Amino acid sequence: MGSIEHVERVTDLRAWPGDFPVSHLYTMGIAGERFFRELMDAGRFVGTRCAACEHVYLPPSLFCPRCFAALDEWKEVGPQGVVRAVTTAHRGVDGGPLKAPQTLALIQLDGADDLLVHRIQKADSVSIGDRVEAVLKEAAKRRGSILDVRFFRPA
Amino acid sequence: MRERTTPLPGTPLSDGAVHRGEALTQTWPSSLRYAWDTGVAIGRFLSELKNGRIIGRRCERCERVLVPPRMFCEQCFRPTDAWQLVKDSGTINTYSESYIRWDVSRIAEPILIAVIEIDGASSGGFLHYLGEVKPEDLRIGMKVKAAWKLPEQREGSILDIRYFRPFGSAQDRPA
Amino acid sequence: MRKVAVVGAGLTRFMRRAQETGPELAWLAARQALESCGMTLNDVDSVALGSAPDAFDGVHMKGEYLSPGAGGWGRPVIRPYAGGGTGVLMPVHAWFHVASGLSDVCLVVAEEKMSSCHPHPQGAFLTIFDNILERPLGPNLIWIFALEMRRYMETYGITKEEIARVSVKNKRNGLDHPSTHVAQEITVQDVLDSEVMVAPVNRLDISPASDGAAAIVMVAEEVARRVTDKPVWIKGIGWNLDTAYWTNRDLAYPAYVERAARMAYEMAGITEPRKQINIVEPYDPFSYKELHHLEGLLLADKGEAPKITADGVTQRNGNMPVCPSGGLLGVGNPIAAAGLMKVAEIFWQLRGEAGARQVPGQPKIGLAQAWGDLMQVGTVAVMGID
Repeated sequence: MGSIEHVERVTDLRAWPGDFPVSHLYTMGIAGERFFRELMDAGRFVGTRCAACEHVYLPPSLFCPRCFAALDEWKEVGPQGVVRAVTTAHRGVDGGPLKAPQTLALIQLDGADDLLVHRIQKADSVSIGDRVEAVLKEAAKRRGSILDVRFFRPA
Repeated sequence: MRERTTPLPGTPLSDGAVHRGEALTQTWPSSLRYAWDTGVAIGRFLSELKNGRIIGRRCERCERVLVPPRMFCEQCFRPTDAWQLVKDSGTINTYSESYIRWDVSRIAEPILIAVIEIDGASSGGFLHYLGEVKPEDLRIGMKVKAAWKLPEQREGSILDIRYFRPFGSAQDRPA
Repeated sequence: MRKVAVVGAGLTRFMRRAQETGPELAWLAARQALESCGMTLNDVDSVALGSAPDAFDGVHMKGEYLSPGAGGWGRPVIRPYAGGGTGVLMPVHAWFHVASGLSDVCLVVAEEKMSSCHPHPQGAFLTIFDNILERPLGPNLIWIFALEMRRYMETYGITKEEIARVSVKNKRNGLDHPSTHVAQEITVQDVLDSEVMVAPVNRLDISPASDGAAAIVMVAEEVARRVTDKPVWIKGIGWNLDTAYWTNRDLAYPAYVERAARMAYEMAGITEPRKQINIVEPYDPFSYKELHHLEGLLLADKGEAPKITADGVTQRNGNMPVCPSGGLLGVGNPIAAAGLMKVAEIFWQLRGEAGARQVPGQPKIGLAQAWGDLMQVGTVAVMGID
């Protein structure tokens, strides 16, 4: 006879609460360090290029995941780019409603082959193929984070 | 590896370098919370702790009484057959004194812990604290008994037992 | 089943904290392993990648995250996981890939970035304990080791001094390892005088959490013969998992390590391990664990591993060198990478390429063993050279 959970009173059901009480401190990595410093200090985007695969990685990678070559060719990309995919979110990370809908896009910065994900603002409507440009925080407020980019807006 | 003259790759980063911002970092707090179903066996185990009792499950095939209880016998790979109350006393299987908390922060007075083989269970029992005993007096094989919270304080938790203490300590002596 | 050989290996430094991301660490080791045998990523047709809990890096789906750095782009990738046992479980999986004929070249990569976890990587281990019956007690991972160590010591009458000899040996051996960040010349008294963490475990009995990566290349026989004249064959593999009900088990003896070892010995045709195994790299996250595991591997009678240690048998120039690399105590403990580091060490030792760490006598058969979970899993690889 198999054991079957059989509870007659709802009040007998038990759940034991718990959490995961650790936090994390991430380093950016060797390539990431340069990407974020360029963004923070110079207000520009940089990627790395694999000559053999003819691919510009963004965010930049220390190595080419396709052919494993070490990448040391750095290239400025953007600040403008093209929307390759777009969506509008109405619910937040916790599943609850957002105060205002948020438009997110996959953006191919000029000169890069990979796509960056970020917010789109100051636009009535956004379509795939639209040209957009990055709007950064003022230099003093930048911290070396993807949020140093406030949003992208139509170019 | 052939004898290397160049060091192996990798860029060590000291805590100081991180604090001084010599490398960029990003922190991410954890916000994971859980509500675990206790299941049939542990649900009953916790309810009995609230009653001031310890309960196990019996497998008739291997004739073991399992504490903590489970609805399946992992050796016979069949459902266990019956509930069985066991004693709230036992024997120290192994013990230790911890000078650190879960996050490695130090404490001056050690936390005393043990694996207690519960009387009536077939093999072992569970992890718990030891109390009313000095670390230097601890011995494997020492007989211990549960010191319970007062009934109105119990919640149906492993902490309904405050700790295990040696037989013959103050509370066991007749008034 | 086809014969399978290890033909290349690579390691990063082991560090308290690496600036590299996990994928970057993985790539550094993986590229080195390929270069060491003149192969390229193009030659690789499968990847076995290992890393211990996602909780350390704080990155979900850590295998997928690491995969590009492990050469996993556009390839079949498998991530076997067994806590600390992972480092030797990956070669087990890679063996299947190649022996079955499904793959000719398997890149095996292990990476760990424990430093991301705050307040301390050990804090993540809170979740290894039973969530309902044990976590409310606020346990630290070291509690289980202390409880097991005490049980082992009292069952066989072993002293702390005897156990401390392992820390002394391994930390000294580690001085010759280029990856090390924890090697040092210490004495038994230093170990006994070091801070008591959870009695009877002192600070110098423990290998510290580390960041690092390791990689090896495992290939089919015809590939092996093409790329090297010294392939190191995987002679036997074994792995075994015990119950998670650790409080219902006898902690004095790791029965699961014995079962894993027997599985590997049978496959390798080893009938007298003490005579036939020339060099051993058992998992040594704590000093007593080396002894515990030597007994589980049937390389010493129960309770007798301290004696062979005291007699010098396990020194590099002894009859059965144990942890000539320095082990986790002497090199560092980036969990999954530490286990694979041991496989790499056996590889180099059997080929006579271990430099200052080389054991004399041209060892022919070596064994690497890892361990993990809730004192629960044993993973074993027996390797041999022609």
